[in-house]
Amino acid sequence: MSIQQIAFFLVLAVVSYVAFKRYSRLRRNILLGKKEVEFEKDSSKRWSNVLLVAFGQKKMFKNFIPAILHFFIYAAFVITQIELIEIIVDGLFGTHRFFAPSLGGFYTFIISFIEILSALALVATVIFLWRRNMLKIPRFKKPEMKGWPTKDANLILIGELLLLTGICCMNGADMVLQDMNAAHFHQTGNFAITGWLGPALFGGMSESALIAVERFGWWLHILTVFGFIIYLTYSKHLHILLAFPNVFYARIKSRGEMTNMPEIMNEVKSMMGLIPEAEVSADMTEELPSFGAKDVFDLEWRTVLNAYTCTECGRCTAECPANLTGKKLSPRKILMDIRDRAEEIGDNIDSGKVEMVDGVYDDGKSLFDYITKEEIYACTACNACVEACPVMIDPLAPILELRRSDILNESAGPKEWLPMFNSIEQVGAVWQMPDARDKWTEQLEKKD
Amino acid sequence: MEETIKIKRMSEHLEAGTAPEILFWVGCAGSYDARAQKVAVSISKILTALDIEFAILGDEESCTGDPARRAGNEFLFQMQALQNIEVLNGYSIKKILTICPHCFNTLKNEYPALGGNYDVVHHSQYLQELIDQGKLKVEGGEFKGKKLTYHDSCYLGRVNKVYEAPRKVLQALDADLVELKRCRTKGLCCGAGGAQMYKEDEPGDKRINTERVEEILESGAKVVAANCPFCLTMLGDGIKAEEKQEEIMVYDISELIVQSNNW
Repeated sequence: MSIQQIAFFLVLAVVSYVAFKRYSRLRRNILLGKKEVEFEKDSSKRWSNVLLVAFGQKKMFKNFIPAILHFFIYAAFVITQIELIEIIVDGLFGTHRFFAPSLGGFYTFIISFIEILSALALVATVIFLWRRNMLKIPRFKKPEMKGWPTKDANLILIGELLLLTGICCMNGADMVLQDMNAAHFHQTGNFAITGWLGPALFGGMSESALIAVERFGWWLHILTVFGFIIYLTYSKHLHILLAFPNVFYARIKSRGEMTNMPEIMNEVKSMMGLIPEAEVSADMTEELPSFGAKDVFDLEWRTVLNAYTCTECGRCTAECPANLTGKKLSPRKILMDIRDRAEEIGDNIDSGKVEMVDGVYDDGKSLFDYITKEEIYACTACNACVEACPVMIDPLAPILELRRSDILNESAGPKEWLPMFNSIEQVGAVWQMPDARDKWTEQLEKKD
Repeated sequence: MEETIKIKRMSEHLEAGTAPEILFWVGCAGSYDARAQKVAVSISKILTALDIEFAILGDEESCTGDPARRAGNEFLFQMQALQNIEVLNGYSIKKILTICPHCFNTLKNEYPALGGNYDVVHHSQYLQELIDQGKLKVEGGEFKGKKLTYHDSCYLGRVNKVYEAPRKVLQALDADLVELKRCRTKGLCCGAGGAQMYKEDEPGDKRINTERVEEILESGAKVVAANCPFCLTMLGDGIKAEEKQEEIMVYDISELIVQSNNW
């Protein structure tokens, strides 16, 4: 066993262990949300969403140029996974380009395809870096993007450049070594890009230097990938994995239907004598029930999945009428806050700083320490954010759940709403009017 | 229109043992807001002119509960909704016509979970059907060649994905229909939704209706067609704030038909 094999095995083992820990924690955090979720059992619609919206990126293509650039990076990411399999096989067994001899010309084709996509991804990455840092695009410059979120975005793009550098060194040096008929470097035929770029960059170097470049590229590539797998769990970039389940689990009911609250419905039904009181769940009387969402635990788990899926692109915020007119509300920030709060809870549980008592977590904080009332009460429920999200995140749902919590548990909320509530309750109309509800018909009964 | 129109109540139908073709759900705005009352009147005129048997609930109608629900007051919503469902089911209502996309949405999408299942149409859809069936003929004339634009309401458009019906109705007017920059799925809210209608704006740079009206001014349209009583108020106020109320008129699509046909 070579020293490289041992090193690779060790790295793989450590990365697998850390990744397992990190992704288990992620799963646990997502499931901090409420498990009882009303699911419409329409799996054909769900799979078609996965196909069209997640794989097909249908909702990205509302804006063609960013969509096509994003598609290059996405396609390169997906196709490079094939090469990754070979890298892992080679790493573990000390082989070199394990699949090349058996696949022959098809191997050349696959690698060339990966190279072309990688080149397109390089173009897109450079444009994205320039766009994010040099162009003043409002959605990238909102207050919630200050500090870590912007750094995070740049780190991912730089990681992408490292990855591409790795592939270029690895394949490029290989091309030259093949030309020199170096031992162990079997002939694969010329790859589409490094076939000419390799000799141009590395031609004339000694065999040992070339092998060093090839090894450097190989290790850079795989270490960046491994680093990325772990880094994802600390970053906004989880959408590359979570977009798929997120789209699958996204609600397929009409946007017009707010989640029903059966406990309140049944209470009202029994008040109205529509159902016998015994049918109302008994725990209504035992302890003071809590309505809506005050914390992550009260949100549907898929809303927490939404929060971890969000890649902070800000298409929701760019369409939000409240945000466009200078209000504090930003749908993206709501999701970032939910994720940050879930992270805080997760950290506190893991470190033992806060102990769960009878399955109840209490650190004296809630989502309202992250999200202000001013934000949730600026929302017009217009669904522009819901429409805008390319991965079917629903920022409106948590906003409305937070309102429910504030109104139903605290009897708080904008004071101007009280006359409206009272009026509906007393006269069945949003305004308190002295006239009968059908007085308007007199306008038709009078002769013109 | 010369003759007097007497609108039947559901209670009268019950007494007579008859049933109307459709229930006209007037809504709080249609009932009480002076501007929206004109829309209720227009719809009544159209239905009467076409000999469509319709009735209203009169004082048995109550707020659908939409603003309460979106404000977060689920208790109040449930009380309203369950009460209304009792009344509607009591009359065995099958088909409901609304002139407000918020009433439309709540009746159509939220009442079923509570036991109220009806065939609900918004008036823009109903008018389109009537035009398609050849029952409603629009004379044109009045708006011929005039620059007219259409404002998508959130709850008809983005929420219920009704984009074409109101546009088809407007095409019948023979006007020069121009689209606003933000239309259909990207239509900009008027600022009233989510119970904003009943409160002051949160601190910000400008009002949402101002943002929308600026876009309307840019379009050069002289007539703005809307489909929602709250949009009518917000856009009307925004235009007044820009002192353009003499130049730009905001109408509901039903009002445009009534004017066009000189009813």
